[in-house]
Amino acid sequence: MTRYVLMRLVQGVITVWFIATVTFFVMHSIPGNPLLNEKAVSDQVQEQLEKKYGLDKPVIVQYGIYMWNMIRGDFGLSFKQEERPVNKIIAERFPVSAILGILAIVIAGMGGILWGALTALYRNRWPDVVIIILVILGISVPSFVFATVGQLGIVVANRMLGFELLPVAGWGTIWHMLVPALVLGLGTMAFLTRLMRTSMLEIVNADYIRTARSKGVPVAQIFAKHQFRNAILPVVTVLGPSIAAITTGGFVVENVFAIPGLGRTFVEAVQQSDYTVIMGTTVFYGAFLVLMVIVVDLVYALIDPRVRLQ
Amino acid sequence: MVDTVQAPKSSVSTSSVWQLVKYIFLAFTLMLLLLTCLHFVTLGLGIGTESNAAVDFESNSITLNLGSEPPQLNSTRSTDMVSGQILGHVMEGLIRYGPNNEILPGIATSWDISELTGTFYLREDAYWSNGTPVTAHDFVFAWQTAVDPETKSQYAFILYPLKNAEAIKSEIMAVEELGATALNDYTLQVELEQPTPYFIKLLAFFTYLPINREFYESTEGRYGTNAEDLIYNGPFVISKWQHGSRLRLEKNHTYWNKDETRLDAIDFGYILSDPTATINLFATEKIVMAGLQAENIERALANGWPIKEHVDGSVFYLGFNHREERPTSNRNLRKAIQMVCDQEELVFKVLKTPGNRPGESIFPVWLKGVEGFFRDEYPAPKHERNIELAKQYLNNALNELGLSEPPRLMFLTGDSEFSTKHAEYYQNLLKQNLGIEVRIDQQIFQQRLEKMTSGDYDIVAAGWGPDYDDVLTFGDLFTSWNANNRGLFKNDELDQNVQIAQQSSDPRTRMEAMDRVQHILYEEAAIIVEYERGSSYVADDRVQGVTRRAVGTDPDFTRAYLVKPETE
Amino acid sequence: MTELSFKPTTVDSDIEQTSRPSLSYWQDAFVRLVANKRAIASLVVIVLLLIFAFIAPHVFWTIKHDVQNLDRTSEPPWINRKAMVLPDQDDWQDVHVAAANGEHQAPTALEVVGEPTTSRVRLKWDPVPNAFGYRIYRNIIEPTEDIPLGLSMGVNETGTHVSFEDRLAIRQKPYWYSVVALNEDGTEFEAAKTIYVRPQLAITVSEALELTKAENVQPGDTVSLFWHPLGTDYLGRDMLARLMKGAQVSLTIGIVAPLLFIVLGIIIGSVSGYFGGVVDAGLMRFTDFVIALPFLLFMILFKLLFVPSGDTENWMSKFQEFLGIEGGMLAMVVALVLLSWPGIARLVRGEVLKIREQGYVDASRLLGAPNSWLIGRHMIPNTMGVVLVSFTFAVPATIFTEAFLSFIGMGVVPPTPSWGSMCNDGIRTMEMYPHELLFPALFISITVLAFNLLGDGLRDALDARMRSRE
Repeated sequence: MTRYVLMRLVQGVITVWFIATVTFFVMHSIPGNPLLNEKAVSDQVQEQLEKKYGLDKPVIVQYGIYMWNMIRGDFGLSFKQEERPVNKIIAERFPVSAILGILAIVIAGMGGILWGALTALYRNRWPDVVIIILVILGISVPSFVFATVGQLGIVVANRMLGFELLPVAGWGTIWHMLVPALVLGLGTMAFLTRLMRTSMLEIVNADYIRTARSKGVPVAQIFAKHQFRNAILPVVTVLGPSIAAITTGGFVVENVFAIPGLGRTFVEAVQQSDYTVIMGTTVFYGAFLVLMVIVVDLVYALIDPRVRLQ
Repeated sequence: MVDTVQAPKSSVSTSSVWQLVKYIFLAFTLMLLLLTCLHFVTLGLGIGTESNAAVDFESNSITLNLGSEPPQLNSTRSTDMVSGQILGHVMEGLIRYGPNNEILPGIATSWDISELTGTFYLREDAYWSNGTPVTAHDFVFAWQTAVDPETKSQYAFILYPLKNAEAIKSEIMAVEELGATALNDYTLQVELEQPTPYFIKLLAFFTYLPINREFYESTEGRYGTNAEDLIYNGPFVISKWQHGSRLRLEKNHTYWNKDETRLDAIDFGYILSDPTATINLFATEKIVMAGLQAENIERALANGWPIKEHVDGSVFYLGFNHREERPTSNRNLRKAIQMVCDQEELVFKVLKTPGNRPGESIFPVWLKGVEGFFRDEYPAPKHERNIELAKQYLNNALNELGLSEPPRLMFLTGDSEFSTKHAEYYQNLLKQNLGIEVRIDQQIFQQRLEKMTSGDYDIVAAGWGPDYDDVLTFGDLFTSWNANNRGLFKNDELDQNVQIAQQSSDPRTRMEAMDRVQHILYEEAAIIVEYERGSSYVADDRVQGVTRRAVGTDPDFTRAYLVKPETE
Repeated sequence: MTELSFKPTTVDSDIEQTSRPSLSYWQDAFVRLVANKRAIASLVVIVLLLIFAFIAPHVFWTIKHDVQNLDRTSEPPWINRKAMVLPDQDDWQDVHVAAANGEHQAPTALEVVGEPTTSRVRLKWDPVPNAFGYRIYRNIIEPTEDIPLGLSMGVNETGTHVSFEDRLAIRQKPYWYSVVALNEDGTEFEAAKTIYVRPQLAITVSEALELTKAENVQPGDTVSLFWHPLGTDYLGRDMLARLMKGAQVSLTIGIVAPLLFIVLGIIIGSVSGYFGGVVDAGLMRFTDFVIALPFLLFMILFKLLFVPSGDTENWMSKFQEFLGIEGGMLAMVVALVLLSWPGIARLVRGEVLKIREQGYVDASRLLGAPNSWLIGRHMIPNTMGVVLVSFTFAVPATIFTEAFLSFIGMGVVPPTPSWGSMCNDGIRTMEMYPHELLFPALFISITVLAFNLLGDGLRDALDARMRSRE
């Protein structure tokens, strides 16, 4: 077991290295220079700037320098937020995104599994139909529409109540997080609901359920011990990447609700060709994701003893 | 064949529902627990913003939104408007602008400026927020730092009127050679490279702000990156700077003119660029000011909010690519496009917001001329849409270019939502009237700059905001030596006239030269001026004394104060 | 007993026959799919959507999606279309009068000159004594003590200039115009004069001639304008035509990209799960690697590769013209396919791992079934359930990815619309012109619903254990 985990971790490091390399070269192959400014500067000043950030060297040398610094855990200084270390930017922004992401994934996971189980139990009866319609509504509205509508909802609610039920935007207390997390988790929740339902329905017909039923095992026990536990398996599989995606992919939500998270930082960095921030966030995100995948695989093995860890 | 497997009578039973209810209950409890944990984690990390009311009478403070975060606040290296706004609140230069945009004494109480030299007499009661006095050495140090090639300042050019500034930036001279010397602690002497009639107006620009050397060096290169890595000599100090979420200003008690500062705190509590979300914050009385777009003006009206207007001073235009290999280097083609443009239609039917003025000249109406306004004294060239004439121009252009059908043009524009609509408008305009196919090339900011610089476009949507309050801030834009002339327009007569305006100290000569410039630009259709930007915004009327201006700190809250509504 | 009692029966060969024809797996699935009413209904809807996207714009609704009419922007479908005809040349001279005497603070008389129309509203008023200018306001609700005068439309800089022409985006609805006199320093007088105006839709004679094809139209006549069944957008373009064009983009991207990346995901996932060991570990690490690649960067890269800038004659643009796809779409599909398969691959692998351990797979293997048979016959059909669910989710997710890219300015090249970018435009004006959000959102919902129900039906049909259900 320990050996397996260690091996996975080593492989993970290699994966991260690959990610860093590919991202580095893709980034440098896109024209656009982080040092260009709206107000043009003379060629001389441009050269001075490029020298300062080491952009005058060949790309391969820059790559070598970057990798060496990365190994030492230094992502360099941001081009746009001048003189600020990328490490510090990530350290500030990631906890925000992580907290929001955890809340969103919990809402999505719990909601998805519960609704999914319910729809499967009430297959083709009205609770199933109602939930499925809601789910489809949930996935057929883009997140930016949800975010805006959700915020407008808060405005209207606050005005009708005459006091502040929830803050419209900003960050800091649990009240700031509820609506953004819900908006962020909605798509995943809908997805998990459907996945859970399918998974449950497949298992209803599985041989071991039939056996258990014919043996006279109480229905509740079948549900709890067999159906539910087995049905969760595929859900857990997608949960891993979803966690990472949600944690860092909240650009729209962070933008609308003025949340100082990593998603916003990344998209803004891409728009401004802020090389070091792009690299730092990508590598960090890659490492985080690889770690989540490893964790999920371990959890998977715990839930499902048939899956052996080789 | 009969199915041997019997379908269960029902897949649901009461007990499995009960089991599910138990799960739900468990999940709910876990959820509450998690929420509590997250709540305390957030508080513990201290990354939160407090949600204050827009106007807080008790603490005599207001809350505002920032469209973006200042990259850093080292005045020698700042380039953006937001940094300029914050610096204008926390720092003070030799002069400052008053509520009616008049020049007021700042750190300098008086000054004598002749053709090539200037002497500034500094007040002795000005202190930095750490208690050290503000001296002439601070100005010399800041200016030397700004032109020092090591600093890599992108705005060093604004100091070029100072003697030897350009040579220092070009690594020809040492920084000590700069034409600025402290005769003593409170007298600053300035030498100019050549007569610069608008020099006094430049002094309000942020690159001219002072920096305390001792403190600057103690920050080890972090100067201006955090609240604690700055000291202040203006009406406010930054008391808290949470990157990405908040910037709080508090009254500076060491400021010499602190009696004029009437607010105790200005809290930029949100960093938010989404226009609808900003309006939502205003609607719930979280911020005192919010910009309006064409889409949400009606919402503001329907809510009965007080709407105000502001001319931000910038001019927007279509820039042509004058490189030889491009079809737009042909004057007749440019004239054809110019003749189908109707700036009034653009402003009234596409921009749809009041305050914008149809563009007639690169010089906006607010620029001062000899005595009054430049544009009153020297009217812009008359323009009227003329499709027939445009078609003639197009035919001539096609003959000259040796083409049988109009060339396809690339329209380079930005990635904002308005950019799209704006580009689509011109696409339709040129297609319907001239049969010119236009392809829209939408690029994110850095890529657009790259393409503009390398000349990979035919037409580009561009704009220019003033740096200082003189016609030249717009006038020298299309000279052959200006790096911002990315379309590489070259006209000797224009170059000569700009040189006249730069060197002459006679206002009439200068303005006449600039009048030639606006006519050359029109006759050659070097660019098509579209509109002078004006914006509408909603503002809380409990906050008074806010100044908005085209050049300098905007909006300026340094003299703002709170008024309690009478009804309460 | 009679002879009859012991008559031997004839062999009835029918008895040996099976009651149902023997069906292959896929035939059986097809039969069950056809029997599923909801699935068939959604299939019909999808076909209709495809007709809407690819045939209707050429046959039923040939209005161009990119033709603008700046006089009829953001019109809901239910708006009045009776327009007044105005002369082509309709210039108006500013009114200047001598300074007035008296005490009044606000203009005593404020009137509309001529008929107020959506192309212009003209106001004239009596001068105010001691006024150095006037400011003109417009509001959409009546100004009162608590409600301000509204939007400042402009300033007249002399006290003798007593007229104003408003041309700023006037709509067919009530307005309240107010005029207030100004002091020398630009501050306003205490009192204002307000007038109620309801502008009428108007077009010029030449526009009317072109539109109605009539031979004679006089100024002052009333003509009925063209009807836009779903209204118009910000630039006055027909929403129905844009929705059709948008359907081409959204459905192409939304169906083609998921189909491709799901196939890729199934192949990689099933191979990985089935073979296990080194193959599995290698492929899964590759999957982890691809998941973590930043989509946005690759999108920019592909866009630069596939969207030719200056050079329109290169092979890439010719290739795209040949395929008949709009600029930017190819880049998006490629980026989506290359970077979106890992989710499916992981899902399929998880299922295959589970199925691999099932008894019937072992049995099949013992009987000597080759790997391809096992994967094709057992693994893939049994993973279809989750795959189809993923597909039905991938369709809207892809449509939204496209919308998100449009949101940050990297979507399809304008003026080509997509449902996502139309939603994006609509959300801004949601409160004032809900039709701009409603219709594209409705189309997305219908598409998503249809694919979901079809996916459900397909899953049930493919799952052999579902034979006796429903």
